[in-house]
Amino acid sequence: MRKYVLKRLIIAIPTFLGITLLVFALCYNATGSPLELLLSDPNISEAEVARRAEELGLNDPFHIQYFSWLKNFFCGNLGYSYRTNQAVMEMLMEALWPTVLLTLSAVLVACLISFPLGIQSARHQNGIWDTISSVFSFLSTSTPSFFLALVFLSIFSVHFGWLPIGGMYDTGKDATFLSLLRHLIMPACVLGSTLIGSLIQYIRSSMLEVMGEDYVRTARSKGLKERVVVIKHILRNSLIPVVTYLGMEIPLLMGGAVVTEQVFSWPGLGNLMLKSINSRDYPVIMGVTIITAVAVLLFNLLTDLFYGVLDPRIRHN
Amino acid sequence: MTQKRTEWRNFLKRFRKNKLAVFGLIVLVLITLAVLIVPPFLPYDEAQIDAAAFNSPPSAQHLLGTDTTGRDVLARLLYGGRVSLFVGVISTLISVVIGIPLGLLAAFYRGWFETLVMRATDIFMTIPSTILILFLVSMFGPSIVTVTVVIGVLGWTKFARQIYGTVLSVREKDYVEGGKAIGQRDSVIITRYILPNAIAPIFISITFRIASAIILESSLSFLGMGVQMPAASWGNMLYNAQSISILKNCQWMWLPPGLVLMLTILSINFIGNGLRDALDPKTSIR
Repeated sequence: MRKYVLKRLIIAIPTFLGITLLVFALCYNATGSPLELLLSDPNISEAEVARRAEELGLNDPFHIQYFSWLKNFFCGNLGYSYRTNQAVMEMLMEALWPTVLLTLSAVLVACLISFPLGIQSARHQNGIWDTISSVFSFLSTSTPSFFLALVFLSIFSVHFGWLPIGGMYDTGKDATFLSLLRHLIMPACVLGSTLIGSLIQYIRSSMLEVMGEDYVRTARSKGLKERVVVIKHILRNSLIPVVTYLGMEIPLLMGGAVVTEQVFSWPGLGNLMLKSINSRDYPVIMGVTIITAVAVLLFNLLTDLFYGVLDPRIRHN
Repeated sequence: MTQKRTEWRNFLKRFRKNKLAVFGLIVLVLITLAVLIVPPFLPYDEAQIDAAAFNSPPSAQHLLGTDTTGRDVLARLLYGGRVSLFVGVISTLISVVIGIPLGLLAAFYRGWFETLVMRATDIFMTIPSTILILFLVSMFGPSIVTVTVVIGVLGWTKFARQIYGTVLSVREKDYVEGGKAIGQRDSVIITRYILPNAIAPIFISITFRIASAIILESSLSFLGMGVQMPAASWGNMLYNAQSISILKNCQWMWLPPGLVLMLTILSINFIGNGLRDALDPKTSIR
């Protein structure tokens, strides 16, 4: 198992380096330089600006700048925000937790809805559950999350007034778990909805495949209860493609979180990204891009590991 | 030739049997015709401001009412549809034009080129596309062109991966060996022997990609990072709806674009599903 983990880690390294290189190259060519702000300040002479540029290493060739940036990155130093002068790393860490919480809750919501539907529709093909899950999956893949968010808001917040319209906690009150939950439920459902459609399909088709296996027939003929057969023999063995799919969709969710966070003013990475874009705060934009990519890499790694746990054949291969 | 024709006929037959797919096709054609033909006959255009009617609900004068600046919602809906469909189709074309050759050549020649292309897809697929798109759009400034190009360029990975997988298996087939044996040039083998046998599944992906490109464009425009006012897109028509009073009192401003957008995506997905089932009845989900 240790060898398997190590191998996965080593494969992730070039991808990570590639991402940093790509993002750095884009910024290198785009931002002009962080000195533009200084140049626009009439109190600072051009000689002073040139001195600063030298100091910051902006006159160095591309690869030198890249490596010094990378070194700083590994020391946890991503520079400072143009907008707030706060350390970028600090801002990212503040925003990371809400985004991770939102993403995981969304996965949870999607699983809670998709698993029963997927299992039922595989067990009773062409039955009423099959139709219901079909409708669910078409609606889920065809409803843009921002529209769903607006519909939810207008029903649950504006019309009924049951749920808060945004934020993470009630302002001016203690940050309680209940308050967090009330704020979390709508964004999590909206973000999770994008997953439901394909998740149901994956669960269904993967279960159908396993249901035809000999060991399922054996389990039934041993007289095991249907519940046991479905959960222990069929579901467990059909989880692998489902887990892979979930792992693959994490980047999509992190991206989708931008829209959801914006509508519900959720203080996560997506929200930070949009604020930074509006003020052209490149160090932060770069930081968010890299940190989401790293988060995705980590999730993919976890998926691979989980995979190894589920199916011993994979880790011994 | 006759065999090809029978295959095609069987394909059409299976597609026609799929009621949802046919429904999707009809709706999509109707929407496309509406946004292409109707706008010139409207009394208003997308940017025209009716100073006498801000926030006015649907009436005989403005069939779907007006928005906060007094622009006709129906006109914006139709002009916006042009933009949404245009961005969806063109950006998907860009993705195909980049992704297909790269994936195809990677699978055909293998070696360092294969490594390069596949690692590149890894990198692009690890950065969440919405984040990367926002990043690029912020650099080049939001506009219809930037949005189309950026969505298009970043969509290449899926096509490259898909054709790569198919070509890997097709290149081992006997008829490709045969082509090589009679001394055909690589370009002929790729275009005559491999491509025709690997292209069919791509059409399914194209359909689904158009749907997701439209969603991407409308999400960007919704965030204010896509199509800029006064130009209309289904996404930016919902931009203003991010306020309680509009959500509560002015449903005509945001429900129509949202519903039409949803209907369009739904139709495209129905068609995509129908194509998939008709192409390969074995993998049929429903």
